[in-house]
Amino acid sequence: MATELGPTPVKKPASGGPEVHHAPKGVGEDNKLMSQGRWASWLLAPTIIALGVVIVYPIISAIVMSFQKDAGLDPVTGLFTAGGPAGIQNYVNWIGQQCAAPGGGTIACPPGTLGGQFWSATTTTFIFTIITVTFETILGFWMAMIMARTFKGRSLIRAAVLVPWAIPTAVTAQLWLFIFDFEGIANKLFNASILWTGSEWPAKWAVIIADTWKTTPFMALLILAGLQMIPAEVYEAAKVDGATAWQRFRLITLPLVKPALMVAILFRTLDALRMFDLPYILTQGANNTTTLSILVINQIRQGFNAAAALSTITFIIIFLVAFIFVRFLGANVVEQSGATGKGKK
Amino acid sequence: MKTRKFLLPAATAGILALTLSACGGGGGGTTGGGGTDAEANLDGRGPITYVQGKDNSNVVRPLVEKWNAAHPNEKVTFKEQTDQADQQHDDLVQHYQAKDANYDVASVDVVWTAEFAAKGWLQPLKDKMAVDTTGMLKPTVDAGSYKGTLYAAPVSSDGGILYYRKDLVPTAPKTWAEMMDMCSIAKANNIGCYSGQFKQYEGLTVNASEAINSFGGSVLDKDGKPSLNTADAKAGLENLIKAYKDGNIPQEAITYQEEESRRAFQSGNLLFLRNWPYVYNLATTEGSSVVKDKLGMTALPGKDGPGASSLGGHSAAVSVYSKNKATALDFVKFLVDAEQQKFFATQGSLAPVLGDLYEDKELVAKLPYLPVLKTSIENAVPRPVTPFYPAVTQAIQENSYAALKGEKSAEQALSDMQKSIESAGAGS
Repeated sequence: MATELGPTPVKKPASGGPEVHHAPKGVGEDNKLMSQGRWASWLLAPTIIALGVVIVYPIISAIVMSFQKDAGLDPVTGLFTAGGPAGIQNYVNWIGQQCAAPGGGTIACPPGTLGGQFWSATTTTFIFTIITVTFETILGFWMAMIMARTFKGRSLIRAAVLVPWAIPTAVTAQLWLFIFDFEGIANKLFNASILWTGSEWPAKWAVIIADTWKTTPFMALLILAGLQMIPAEVYEAAKVDGATAWQRFRLITLPLVKPALMVAILFRTLDALRMFDLPYILTQGANNTTTLSILVINQIRQGFNAAAALSTITFIIIFLVAFIFVRFLGANVVEQSGATGKGKK
Repeated sequence: MKTRKFLLPAATAGILALTLSACGGGGGGTTGGGGTDAEANLDGRGPITYVQGKDNSNVVRPLVEKWNAAHPNEKVTFKEQTDQADQQHDDLVQHYQAKDANYDVASVDVVWTAEFAAKGWLQPLKDKMAVDTTGMLKPTVDAGSYKGTLYAAPVSSDGGILYYRKDLVPTAPKTWAEMMDMCSIAKANNIGCYSGQFKQYEGLTVNASEAINSFGGSVLDKDGKPSLNTADAKAGLENLIKAYKDGNIPQEAITYQEEESRRAFQSGNLLFLRNWPYVYNLATTEGSSVVKDKLGMTALPGKDGPGASSLGGHSAAVSVYSKNKATALDFVKFLVDAEQQKFFATQGSLAPVLGDLYEDKELVAKLPYLPVLKTSIENAVPRPVTPFYPAVTQAIQENSYAALKGEKSAEQALSDMQKSIESAGAGS
């Protein structure tokens, strides 16, 4: 993963553009280019169709569904009947937290409905994202700095650090559930009697701690890849000029690792925004730990079309966050990274 | 050479296009009805598939082998799902939605029956497809029915049992008030008094409904409309709230699912425990259990007598899309037959649905909780039978959890439940 995502200059794939291997030979050049172009598009066709099937089609289908009403119950037969077109009602309902009223029309969602949880779920999702990504960045940076040094047993440390990341999240969540049990080790260790999954902030912290434990290694590895791009001569030169360790960190390490760091933060942020399994297993969304993804899954069981609207909203939120990162904070994922360029400056 | 160059991409594209159209058929709109599907293939015979969650105690395989030996031309293939109820539910929904003819017979949890029936996916078990339900415990039949029609034949049942410490409690409590009075014994011994499952999840719906039903309330009325704004429902829910506030239910109980509460009882920290029959085997055999010889069992306590347990269990349903419904029906009848029921009980510790088996000496010797369980199931109320079950359980969980923690009054919680369930039923 790390090498793929790192700031190494990535060659743009030759999308459609024919690659010319031989020097053009005057006559028949146009013909050759044309046949190569056709050949290339044939080669690309399977990929494009595969992407269409697994990405474009489901997205379009979900968006179409989100403009449909959910099936309603026919009071006479007791059978569900298709809901028909809904316009933007599903979206309006989520954002305004409106639920269907018994006599028709809508009312403010009473507590105990999924519709009433939209804004609290959004807030919770962002709280989790901001806190976990902050912790993971700081801890990940620290771990990366340690791993970047040369010392005996370095590869062992690097492998050991990866263990939490390698464990499936569902298993991690179950482990932490035991740890945060009332009779569990967390309470025994601190001689406390906290109901970790029984009230709002302990529950939130339980999720945050477990998530930080699990994904800091990912962060550390991405940052480590960035750190290793920095040439050793730069540090040597700085040392010769008499820079202190703090100055070397602030003026050399930070700016040079920034592109890699921003990519790492972007990836973790997008990942954290769709956090699902950890809170779902730890708290089942109780005590205000319902994230947007949990809300979507719960809604799927109550009606596909409203769930499609909610996942579209979630998609837009995540897209906006990614956009802000790329546009304003300089996280550069796709294009050639500035790391090496700046390094040579 | 030339043609081959073109063939490969074309073939790939073709296959993918096929896949695409196949997906397109399944997704999207939900349609009710299925009237014509329900009348087709009633006489069809041939190989069928039986779908059920993970066969942990190896009950289904021997039964399927037994069936196959007797019916070489109508063989049953067993399709095993995961052991997670949610995943089983979603798997069934996907296949029914795609009108999969290969999901002939499926094991359906009691709480899904109404939803699947209302979607038009289950074959009504009447007329030609009727299954004889005489001898079955009535609540199990009710749980397999929707709008007065049987859609799923009860195969196994489950009910709550009150476990207690025989060494500390002289006579088992019959009513909730009696049990609360005995909490002084727990205090004297410095242990918790009573617990069920009070974490915010499906188990809380079970426990809260039991509290409400035991005091004469009900979540839904006969027509499936919510009926929670009653004094009985309030009295029932208030019992739980008061017990939690007084410490008769220990504070950590709001983090308990089945297993946590079992461990607390088994390690000697609880006087009374409401749980399912599976606890009996573990509490009497596990090495860490300190209650091995002190385990008492009785029916759940109610207002004046036995309380109303929530009903668990599974039923067998025939898909309307099945091509071989005659075989499917025979297989369902085979599953509910006394001989197989007995095998379910002895091999899998699954509670039978036939009342007579609870008095079967051989079975009772093996599963001593059966007489208590019979009382429990006879008095049981199926969890709300409604096609909107996911929304109903969400409403009950969230509001009763808030009420338990003292964030809202019982009255407020019930009225919020009422409104939420009304809204779910109002459609969109």
